[in-house]
Amino acid sequence: MIAQGNKGNAPAHIETDVLVIGAGGAGMYAALEAARAGAAVVLADRSLIGRGGATVMAQMTVAAALSEQTPDHWEHHLADTLAAGRGLCDERLAALLCEDGPHRLREMDGWKVGWAREDGHIKQAQAPGHDRPRCAYVDFLSTGPAVSRTLRAQLNLASGIRRIGELVIVDVALRDGVACGATALHLPTGEAITLAAKAIVIATGGLTGLYRRNSASSNMGGDGYALALRAGAELVDMEFVQFFPIGHLAPRLVGMDPIMWDPFRYKLGGKLLNAEMREFEQDYATRDTRSDGRYVLTRDLATYAITKEVEAGRGSPAGGAYLSFRHLSEAEIRDAFGPVVDRLAANGIDLTRRAIEVAPIAHYHMGGVRVDETLRTAVPGLYACGEAIGGANGANRLSGNAITEALVFGARAGRNAARHALKNSPLWSPRAAYSTLDLLRGAKRRDAPNPAALVRDLKALMADEVGPFRTEQKLQSALEAIARLKTDIGETPFWSATAFDPVLVDWLDLRNMLLVAQSVAVPALARIESRGAHQREDYPGLDEAWCVNQIVALSPGNELTLRRAAPSSGRAAA
Amino acid sequence: MKATLAIQRGAPGEPARVESFEVTFEPGQSVLDGLRALRCEADPSLAFRFSCINANACKECMMLIDGKVDYACTVRLKEGVTALAPLPKKILIRDLVTEIAPPDERLLPRP
Repeated sequence: MIAQGNKGNAPAHIETDVLVIGAGGAGMYAALEAARAGAAVVLADRSLIGRGGATVMAQMTVAAALSEQTPDHWEHHLADTLAAGRGLCDERLAALLCEDGPHRLREMDGWKVGWAREDGHIKQAQAPGHDRPRCAYVDFLSTGPAVSRTLRAQLNLASGIRRIGELVIVDVALRDGVACGATALHLPTGEAITLAAKAIVIATGGLTGLYRRNSASSNMGGDGYALALRAGAELVDMEFVQFFPIGHLAPRLVGMDPIMWDPFRYKLGGKLLNAEMREFEQDYATRDTRSDGRYVLTRDLATYAITKEVEAGRGSPAGGAYLSFRHLSEAEIRDAFGPVVDRLAANGIDLTRRAIEVAPIAHYHMGGVRVDETLRTAVPGLYACGEAIGGANGANRLSGNAITEALVFGARAGRNAARHALKNSPLWSPRAAYSTLDLLRGAKRRDAPNPAALVRDLKALMADEVGPFRTEQKLQSALEAIARLKTDIGETPFWSATAFDPVLVDWLDLRNMLLVAQSVAVPALARIESRGAHQREDYPGLDEAWCVNQIVALSPGNELTLRRAAPSSGRAAA
Repeated sequence: MKATLAIQRGAPGEPARVESFEVTFEPGQSVLDGLRALRCEADPSLAFRFSCINANACKECMMLIDGKVDYACTVRLKEGVTALAPLPKKILIRDLVTEIAPPDERLLPRP
């Protein structure tokens, strides 16, 4: 235990070349590439390895210009990515994503991920916002689990990678402003440990766990953003949180990812209906110049359409829209859904008889840690990749780009971190962990407030006041509430003096989540226009003057600072 | 509707104790929904594993539910008593948490 044995004693210590934080798709790929480059790697995750994060949850598609289904070039993919990003993409990162994507998908193919095939080629579907069929997948909602499983199998084959699950990284350790390791909480024992590393890769995914309804794993409260900020790195585009328009709402569906409906809607022409049982998407389609007229709206507009229908009193009983497949026969549904039909039946859902209800759900974060084209942050030795970085997707992400960026940026960050590690000497000093060890050792038993309830309250607050549709009043009120919650948790951790202590974990999460919530609300309040996933009801419409990125940092006095910069253009060398 | 969760709690070396909690639920909600609500409303120190919440993707929430090994995220809450206990053949860490990580993915080799 923290307060027992270890007070004053040196904590357990591990040394490595590269520390990768987070074992989702990006982190696993980073670990593989860093090891391939000759570095010793520790791959740490607060969950079990390969079980947490977003990748394993992804049921959808992976976009890359493979030219399997139809002739394609990565420049076309880039054009679509930049258009969806509404002028805010970091073109260097977007180009890297699109150019490297096919290499990573082919490598995964060689590792037998099992991309769906047809007539001897990889099948590619056309998702909204793409100019042609570009999205590979693994059949029957298995893309993410298959990607995850494949990378885990490669981890097992690789040498030089030590995997450690159940390890919560509390802070990145610094020496003279250079990242030199980390301090962590080992959940099963409740003990603090320290890790020395010559390079660190943040691969902790996004922040959708800050919202009441989300499609993420429980560990996605934005840890990595807080780690990066406190280490001195910058965040970019934090106001852009993507809401997935048709997350499952009712009836209660267990054992399935709430975003499962999209591919079926796509394949089968599922109809989105309001309470009057009328299709309403076309009413909003004219607002989107890139609408393909078929599967009409991109995610931001579909989210807008459903929210506006609900506000106009035309929502479904649970407060969303109906999604109906009733125009199809039982055989057509069975053919398309395969074994998923049985899983739905176990939830009492028969699509031939009734429409289900869907509503927008927090799904992905466009913003994140600001990195250059080598995936390095402003802090020497500190890298980031995957959903945890910002820039590649600007104000709105194309469907299919999330797994691609996990693989591409993961690989790049791992390789570059390894190169950095192999040409630098270790900088670790036990002193670099003192402040975090003191924080953990100061933990006190407290009966109130209940940190689990505070986490719940914060999620409700973010959904209600920093959701897809924002106003100055709501954002101000959110910032005040966040400040109150900060006072409630104080600066001394709560704990219950046990191993695997969820009270301490909640407190550490709140420490991160409140900082990250603020990092979303502050730029959202400043951006007085509507663009992509950031919609201000008091400032509707895009304002060309706001074609800038907002950058968040933490001042030496622990205040959030905000500045603006023009989006980076120009290409990275491949 | 109300469900009673009778939960076996404690750490290794302590005598196991059963604590009962009542949770309000809507039909269709899972045992995991109940456990999460219980932490917010009654006892935040209750330990159980979960990651994906809903999707039965992470397989972390495996426990003994009414004597049967099952996932808390897929078993529904019911009226009356549901007994929850840690997996019997795994090393107990605390409450409903057992050591289920593969040995080479742990920090410390445990006996």
